[in-house]
Parts: sequence; structure tokens; C-alpha cells
Amino acid sequence: MSAILPPADRLWWKQPIDKIEWTWIMLAFTWGMIMFVMMIYWHINGKQNLSTETYKSTREMFTAKADKFIAENTIRTETEQNIPVVKVAPGGDAYLTASLWRWWPILELEKGQTYKVHLYSMDYNHGFSLQPVNINIQVVPGYEHVVKMTPTKAGTYSIVCNEYCGIGHHTMLGRIYVK
Amino acid sequence: MATTYRICPRTGLQYDTAAEKLMRWNAVAAVLALLVGGIMAIGVVLTRWPSVKLLPADQFYLVLTAHGVDMLLIWIIFFEMAVLYFCSSTLLRCRLATPKIAWLGFILMTIGAVMGNYAVLAGESSVMFTSYVPMQASPLFYLALILFAVGALIGCFVFLGTLVVARAEKTYEGSIPLVTFGALTACIIAVFTIASGAVILIPTLLWSVGIIQEIDPLMYRVIWWGMGHSSQQINVSAHVSIWYAIAAIAFGAKPLSEKVSRFAFLLYILFLQLASAHHLLSDPGLGSEWKVMNTSYFMYFAVMASMIHGFTVPGAIEAAQRKAGYNNGLFEWLRKAPWGNPAVSGMFLSLFIFGFLGGISGVVVGTEQLNMLMHNTIYIPGHFHATVVGGTTLAFMALTYFLVPTLFKREMIAPKLCAIQPYLFGISMAVVSLVLMGAGTLGVSRRHWDMAFSGAPFQYEWPGAAYLMMGIAGIFGMLAIAGGALFILLVVFSLLFGKKLDEGTTSEKRTPFAPNTAAASVSTTGSAEHVAVPGTLTLALLLLVSFVLYYFVNWKYLSEVWGLS
Repeated sequence: MSAILPPADRLWWKQPIDKIEWTWIMLAFTWGMIMFVMMIYWHINGKQNLSTETYKSTREMFTAKADKFIAENTIRTETEQNIPVVKVAPGGDAYLTASLWRWWPILELEKGQTYKVHLYSMDYNHGFSLQPVNINIQVVPGYEHVVKMTPTKAGTYSIVCNEYCGIGHHTMLGRIYVK
Repeated sequence: MATTYRICPRTGLQYDTAAEKLMRWNAVAAVLALLVGGIMAIGVVLTRWPSVKLLPADQFYLVLTAHGVDMLLIWIIFFEMAVLYFCSSTLLRCRLATPKIAWLGFILMTIGAVMGNYAVLAGESSVMFTSYVPMQASPLFYLALILFAVGALIGCFVFLGTLVVARAEKTYEGSIPLVTFGALTACIIAVFTIASGAVILIPTLLWSVGIIQEIDPLMYRVIWWGMGHSSQQINVSAHVSIWYAIAAIAFGAKPLSEKVSRFAFLLYILFLQLASAHHLLSDPGLGSEWKVMNTSYFMYFAVMASMIHGFTVPGAIEAAQRKAGYNNGLFEWLRKAPWGNPAVSGMFLSLFIFGFLGGISGVVVGTEQLNMLMHNTIYIPGHFHATVVGGTTLAFMALTYFLVPTLFKREMIAPKLCAIQPYLFGISMAVVSLVLMGAGTLGVSRRHWDMAFSGAPFQYEWPGAAYLMMGIAGIFGMLAIAGGALFILLVVFSLLFGKKLDEGTTSEKRTPFAPNTAAASVSTTGSAEHVAVPGTLTLALLLLVSFVLYYFVNWKYLSEVWGLS
């Protein structure tokens, strides 16, 4: 009954399954169930679940909100490009825009507070990759994704773009300060 | 219908002459694609090696796109066409259905392959293999993919037609062989895959020429991955079939249980396509329930299927070896395997790399919440170089060492180099996969020209270990390319200059299978043939323990990052 020949026993489905094979199948099945339940368990008890709050949005609608947010909360500007540093009220909304090839603006957050960060892309797909924490979220154009984030440690964090977005992709670096 | 049949004197296999020619051409086209993709790999590896950084950014993204298309699509699908024709007409000892239409498929695939490479190399289509809209490639790029896919679809239908022919002309009794069943699985998944491809690529083509205004970027991702991930599941089914085939050819191994192995393939058909979700776990706009259900292939039934194959293939070999007398201790059967035979060593390495590296990392990265730790990092290329390269490509290479004598009627030249090649390629690729996964765990991005972010308004310094691992990936990447180049050289020189082998007899009449005796079918039932496989169980438990540990280590990592809700 070689694997490259038709089964010699025409009634192959009536053959008993060996005990060792059964054992392995049951182990594999059980492990699969544990992994399946683990994802659900984490939704109930875990502290890191990606928000599903998403709105279809347009460039104009998002820009209007983001501009207002920046105008009202900017505390200083940084770098030669005068990137605004925006202090977000604890529990408040922050609007972070990805476009070719920058993250705009710089956010300033407080440790232990929860913020609603609205992610939006003006053009292509981008990747929100927060380092060195290593949280990675896809940013898809046309969709405003509201992610609740709670920084756990003070420090300076970088946002790397990790979805290919053209020739300047490697220069697309943003920043978040946590006080 | 006038074809002839050749009996290979070395293997006893019967080839329909028309099918044989198709298999040879498809295999040759595959190896050519491997060559082009391999040359592109040099550019990719040497640019991502931080201390070399060979190419400028635009050329890097160009060769990266070409590498993806040539390897993931063209090399693999051409080879799979050869495998489909082999598993149908040769293994069922029948004529190939409609060889002329099969040639049409081959020609379409060839046109698509050439056009696709042209579109990318001309520089207007550096959109990566995934070509996420709204980033736009030249219309030729999408047209090339569509033509290639239509050609492959024709090949799939020729395969299905051949199964019908074999059944109608009663060339075999009972059920099709397990390996053919696996190929049928691959074919069914391929039809689903190509349908998804058509659903998304045809509108994208129309969009690229201005007929359609807009393609929703999220819808594109969902449907594109119905093709993108499912096409990798074709590979899984194909290379698992090849594992069974090589186990049968090299060891005379019989499946431990036809029922279990076939059931596992059936689970693939039912659930593998759901893995489109693996790429969308960190996307906006999709519900958690959808993500959890789909990413787990419906409660991990397809993972269970792979774990079953991972057990039954070595188990079948262990049983065969024990019957042959290698019965001492747990692992004599493994130690005394013909490790100098590249078909065997390639198969074992493929099994090992796919299971331990590719399989475990794949499930971890495909866990809804854990995905946020790796999404779009270089962990992903690390994972799929273990599955698609260490698993699929290495299995195809292993099968090629068997096909050159039987199909091309040439002896492989330089047997010592042949014996080394799977180790050089497989082990280097395993190291590449490991260090890429390591660098990805530290956050390093995939598809990224410069780890140092030159020209960015800020600085971000990756940990030193990330640089170290990307350097190691450079060194072992080049070694793996050397292993791939060695494979191509060995095959090409063997086809050109290898010793010509006896063709065997060709006749106009089909030779049927040796008849099954009634006695044989009785003796295989029950436990008369039963051989215990403790060695395989030990290896399988080792896999499970590594799996469990690594899985929970990643949950620990996740619990330490910022709170997200």
C-alpha cells in the first residue's frame, strides 16, 4: 500500500487507526483547542487587544479634525521641519496622520493614562510600528482606526513606518514622548 | 488520442509521452525562474546586510519585487504543474487529458512570466509582490499575473480531466494513490486561489488603465490575500505530497493509515483558505470574531492536519526502516537512513525546517493578538523562508534529484556535490529564517531599505543584536544562494552533459498496474503489518513541547507591551 500506488486494500477506510497515531491526533487536537481558547481568553482578561473601532473617512474630514487637534494643543515645535509637539489630555483623543513620508504630529503622552489614538493614512498603506515597544498596526487609507493605548513606561519612542510606501519609506520616522 | 507510453526501466513508472514532454518543459521553466529569482536574491541579501548595503533604494525595491514574483509565483507554480501532470498521468498510468490545451496553459504561463519580469525590471512596477492599492504598477504587471494565473488554471483543469480519464478508462482499481490525493488537494486549493486572484486582479488591471475609479484598499487586502496566502497552501499540499512520494520511492514506505493521511488532506481543503486573515490581524475595520475564527483555520483544524502529516510521514519511514531491520533503539532507523541521497536528505530537511521553524512560527504569528508583535516586521520573511523555501523549495529540489534520471533520462553529474547541496541550501536557509525571526522580534521592519533611517528627521537606533542578526542573515543568505546556484548548475549540467540513461521501452499500448491479489488486500488489514513508531512519537513530542513553550513565551512578551484596547 505504497503512497504512490492505489491502496492495495480497497476498503482502506475500514482499517483501524493505530493507538500511537490516535494519541498524536488527540494531542494535536487538544493543543489546537487550547490555542483557540487562548485568543478568546485574552479578549476577556488580556490587556493588549487591538481595537476594532474603525470609521470610513476622507482626507478632508480627517485633516479638519487633525488640524484642530494640533492647533489647540501644540506646546512647541521640533526639528528643522517644525513638527508640532502636541500634548494630549489624559483620556483624550489624539490624531496621528501618516503620509508620504512622515508621521504628523509628535505626540506627548503621560504614563499610565489611556489615550484614543486615531490613525489615518492620506495616501498609501503605512505601518505604525512603535519602537522599542514593538507594537505593529496596519494603517489603511480611507479607514480611521481608533486605538486605545496606555503607555506603561516613560521615555522617547519612535514610530517606524513598516509598510512599504515608496522610495522615501526609510525616512518615515515619527515620535511619541511619554512623561 | 494517439500517444505512446514509455516504461522507465529504473523506476517502473509509466510515462505518457505527451505528458512527459509537458513535465519536462514545466520543470525547465521553473528552474529558469529560480535562476532569475536567485539573482534578485543577491541584491536583496546584500542590501539588507547593514555593513554592505549594495543597492540604492529604488533598485532595492525593484529587485525585492522581482524576487517575490519569480520565487513565490513563477518558480513554484511551474514546478507544481509538472507535479500535477506526474501525479495524474504517471501515477495513474493513464494518458494525459487534452495535452494541446495543457500546452496552451504552459504558453500563457510563459507569456505571463516574461511579461511580469519585464514590467518589474522596466522599473515602473516596484510595488512588491502584494501590490497593495492605491500604489499603482504598470498595467502590464497585473495583466502578466492574470495571464500566468489563467495558464495555471488550465493546468489544474487538465489535471482534473486526467483523473476523469483514468477513472473512465479504468486504469486503476479502487482509490487514487495518496500522493495523487494530495495533488488533488493542491489543485482544488489552486482553483480557489486563482478565483480569488481573478476577483481582485481583474478590477485592479481596469483601475490601472483608468476604467475603474477606485479600488477600496481594505477590500483589496482581504481578497488579494485570498490568493496570496492560499497560493502558499497549494505549496503545502504539494510538498507534503512530495514528502509522501519520496518516502514511498526511497524507503518503500507505506502510509501508517490511508484514512488518517487522507482525512488530513481533506482538512486542508476545508480550512486552509481561511488563512487570508493571517495578514489582516493588525488591520482596521475587521471584527475580532472574524479574525479569531479565520486565523485559526476554524479552530486550528488545518494546523492539526499539518501536525498529522508531520507525524505520519516520518512514521511511515520509521515503520519501513524497522521492517528492513533497523530496529535498535529509538533512532537507528533515522541514523541509518541514506543521508547521502539528496532526495532523502532534502526531504528530511524540508520536513524538519517546515515543521519546527515554519510551522511553529506560523501559528504564533497567526495568533490574533500576538500578531501585533510581528506584523510587517522581518519576522514575517523569516517565517515564510522557513515554510516556502526550507519547506517547499527544498522538497521540490529533493524531488528533482529523482526526476532527472527518470524523466530526463540523464544521470546526475558530480554525486558528491549533489549529496552536499541540500545541506548547504537547507541549513543556510534555516539559519537565515532564525535570525530574521530574531531581528523581527526586536522590531526590525521588512521591505525596508535602511535600518539606519538616513534622511529621517529623527534618529532611532535598533538594538545591537538586531544589527548582528541582520549581518548573520547576510552571510547565511549568501550561503543559501550558493546552495541554490549549486542546485541549478548541477541540474543544468546533468541535463546537458550527464550520462544518457536507457530510455526503456516505448509502446502504443498502456501497461496496467500489476494486479492486486486478493490476499494482499486481506493481509494489510488488522495489526498483522503493525510496527510501532516510538522514534517518531519522540520527535513529535519534542515538536509539541517546543511549540507550547514558544507560544507562551510570546504571550509573555505581549503582556509586557503598552496596554491596547
